[in-house]
Amino acid sequence: MKVLVPIKRVIDYNVKVRVRSDGTGVETANVKMSMNPFDEIAVEEAVRQKEAGVVSEIVVVSCGTTACQETLRTALAIGADRAILVDTAVELQPLAVAKLLRAVVDREQPRLVILGKQAIDDDCNQTGQMLAALLGWPQATFASKLVVEAESALVTREVDGGLETIRVGLPAVITTDLRLNEPRYVTLPNIMKAKKKTLDPVTPDALGVDVTPRLKTLRVDEPPKRKAGAKVPDAQTLADKLKNEAKVVQ
Amino acid sequence: MSEYSAPIADMQFVLEHVAGLADVNALPGMEDASADLVAEILAQSARFSSEVLSPLNRPGDLEGSRLEQGVVKTPRGFREAYRQFTEGGWNGLQFDPAIGGQGLPRLVGTPLMEMWNSANLSFSLCPLLTTGAIEALLLRGSAAQQAFYLPRMVSGEWTGTMNLTEPQAGSDLGLLKTRAVAHGDHYRLFGQKIFITYGDHDLAENIIHMVLARIDGAPPGVRGISLFIVPKILVNADGSLGERNDLRCLSLEHKLGIHASPTAIMQYGEREGAIGWLVGEENRGLETMFIMMNAARFAVGVEGLGMGERAYQRARDYARERIQSRDLSGGGESVPIIRHPDVRRMLMDMKSRVEAMRALAYVVAAALDRAHLHPDADERARSQAFVDLMIPVVKGWSTETGQEVASIAVQVHGGMGFIEETGAAQYYRDARITTIYEGTTGIQANDLLGRKLLRDGALTLRGVIAQIGECVGALALIEGESCGHCTVISRELGVAVSHLSTTVDWLIATAASDLRSAYAGAVPLLHLVGLVCGAWQLGRSARAAAGLLAAGDGDAEFLRAKITTARYFAEHALTRSASLQVEICRGAESVLALPESAF
Repeated sequence: MKVLVPIKRVIDYNVKVRVRSDGTGVETANVKMSMNPFDEIAVEEAVRQKEAGVVSEIVVVSCGTTACQETLRTALAIGADRAILVDTAVELQPLAVAKLLRAVVDREQPRLVILGKQAIDDDCNQTGQMLAALLGWPQATFASKLVVEAESALVTREVDGGLETIRVGLPAVITTDLRLNEPRYVTLPNIMKAKKKTLDPVTPDALGVDVTPRLKTLRVDEPPKRKAGAKVPDAQTLADKLKNEAKVVQ
Repeated sequence: MSEYSAPIADMQFVLEHVAGLADVNALPGMEDASADLVAEILAQSARFSSEVLSPLNRPGDLEGSRLEQGVVKTPRGFREAYRQFTEGGWNGLQFDPAIGGQGLPRLVGTPLMEMWNSANLSFSLCPLLTTGAIEALLLRGSAAQQAFYLPRMVSGEWTGTMNLTEPQAGSDLGLLKTRAVAHGDHYRLFGQKIFITYGDHDLAENIIHMVLARIDGAPPGVRGISLFIVPKILVNADGSLGERNDLRCLSLEHKLGIHASPTAIMQYGEREGAIGWLVGEENRGLETMFIMMNAARFAVGVEGLGMGERAYQRARDYARERIQSRDLSGGGESVPIIRHPDVRRMLMDMKSRVEAMRALAYVVAAALDRAHLHPDADERARSQAFVDLMIPVVKGWSTETGQEVASIAVQVHGGMGFIEETGAAQYYRDARITTIYEGTTGIQANDLLGRKLLRDGALTLRGVIAQIGECVGALALIEGESCGHCTVISRELGVAVSHLSTTVDWLIATAASDLRSAYAGAVPLLHLVGLVCGAWQLGRSARAAAGLLAAGDGDAEFLRAKITTARYFAEHALTRSASLQVEICRGAESVLALPESAF
């Protein structure tokens, strides 16, 4: 079974994100970038399914600038077999990415697409769902457990009330949640081997997709700074303030 | 307490723009070590260091390695970390792929070693010792010995040790007494070895001890010492593990630092004798050990760097968090102590010294690669001469500096630095060993003066001085926004290198008539060479950064900080070159004047 794993290059989770001084977005120049952690979980899951003999080939795909090659190489070092770079300098929004992925799915014909539930940069949580809709495939989002069978997949989902287990027919789109697995540490021999695996570039034009942004960002601001708190003399004053000023208790 | 975070930006800058990664990448057999691959390797090693090794550092210090019913147990978590480390392939990164290594250059291995040292010095000693044993076998082991032992040592399935020291034979190995008695195709060893790092442990199923001993009837002194391979568990001809050899760990030392690293007293031959096989020729063991020791000394220098970096990070993070007293420039509120000038001075001092150590160590690592692999024999010889000169400097100066930096880190914390929970105290204790093992600072300084300076009439060092002069000239020519800083660096480096030059002339002249006076200045000389060479590498760093800035290439904020840091080092740290010159050239009359009874 072939699996497609879309991955996104984002600002590393350890970096303190700074807003550009002109308010047009966040600073990404000379900032450490790495694979979106949810996507890393998706790659890890695909590799585990392959090690279990369920999956036969893992193709990773990333949409963005040529710098995304680095992120694809990391996925290859974790254990993906080959990579596709949809090379574009245009700012990509979830719908454009979903359309690009649909085109890649048409070419590659995977039985399963596994991707992160959301990216930690814009937190959109849309691409997987849009892709499933465009393909007319079933979707299983926020997966915390995945059992792949011949014609279907049993997916445990993290929902507000707890855990929900559903069965989806294949082909399907699955988005990963945090507790699906713990990604492995990449080994040095696999980093070396990843360099020799295939990485094919393709353009949005070649895929026949118009990636022009549909949404316009008006302005990006820093979150408001937390104001200094006030000291209260006693518990009674605190209770009064909670009741009358903050209005958080009745 | 914050975990270690690898300074990848600086590491990459030094690799690419100071140490010449591209040139090393062009050496035969090193085609894989491209900048993008190295970036990925650094990123993955950094993650492993922060997430696996660093969290075990303090628990390992508290728990320590223990000897229980004859078995050495490492602290909780070390076994699992070691398994992950070896499965990750990190153990064999610098060795030939033919024996299971990854064939990467020393230059790439050096930042990785730095990370492991920073994250957990006690842990990283185990692979370090294995590497030493592998190198000894590669150097002088027979083809059969290499085929038999190396693959499983390179993979990390088995670890290695170096057994030199005995109670009466420390810096002077000529005094060693461990005996080897010929017995068919092998020998039987009898004797006691002390200070054996990872002499016994539970991380791997077998330990391959490399042991120095004296064959019965061998000449006394250093010319009668042979090297033996003595496995903890004897290996059958088919490679399976056989019987326990006649050796054991008698006890573990109670130490000031590196508590998680088991330092063993080893007893060989309590019954019929420990079975060992000769490595190389009879009576030539010390020679092999000395060649190998160069690599080990370099590695310990990198420990000084690693401990300095870790201590700096801790102090920097604390200085940002700790709120105390108002800003001198006004304002009513108490501020983080990083705003206070004296704390800032300490942080600059630590940061600049760490960056100087890093640049020097990586440059020497690149020279090591050239010395091994360069197609041109002259270039190999030149690089080897530079490496030989610099090994005692990297070892001696970087460990002394690393220890001083660790001490300042305690100071930045104030009273909290003296409290173990902040972590600063552990780095200080752990760093303390680095100026001692693999040859004390005094031994390094004597090596620098005797073997590396007096022996060739300071030819190699004068070559380095000439190169520093070129750097001084180039820095003076830099224009544009970096001009002001680079002019200062150029001026200060020019002054300091003249102090070094004068000192070298005095030492050469004095040694001819009064060797004791010259040697009394050996350690100050080591500091002087380290200081000037560190400033030289920071000067080269500033030059590279100025070029990148002018070209609009790279992170401008990082590059400006690099240049300012180099200026700080040149303007402040480097001023000690004057006092060191005076200290050395005043001679040793008062140093050596008192009779022994006056002490």
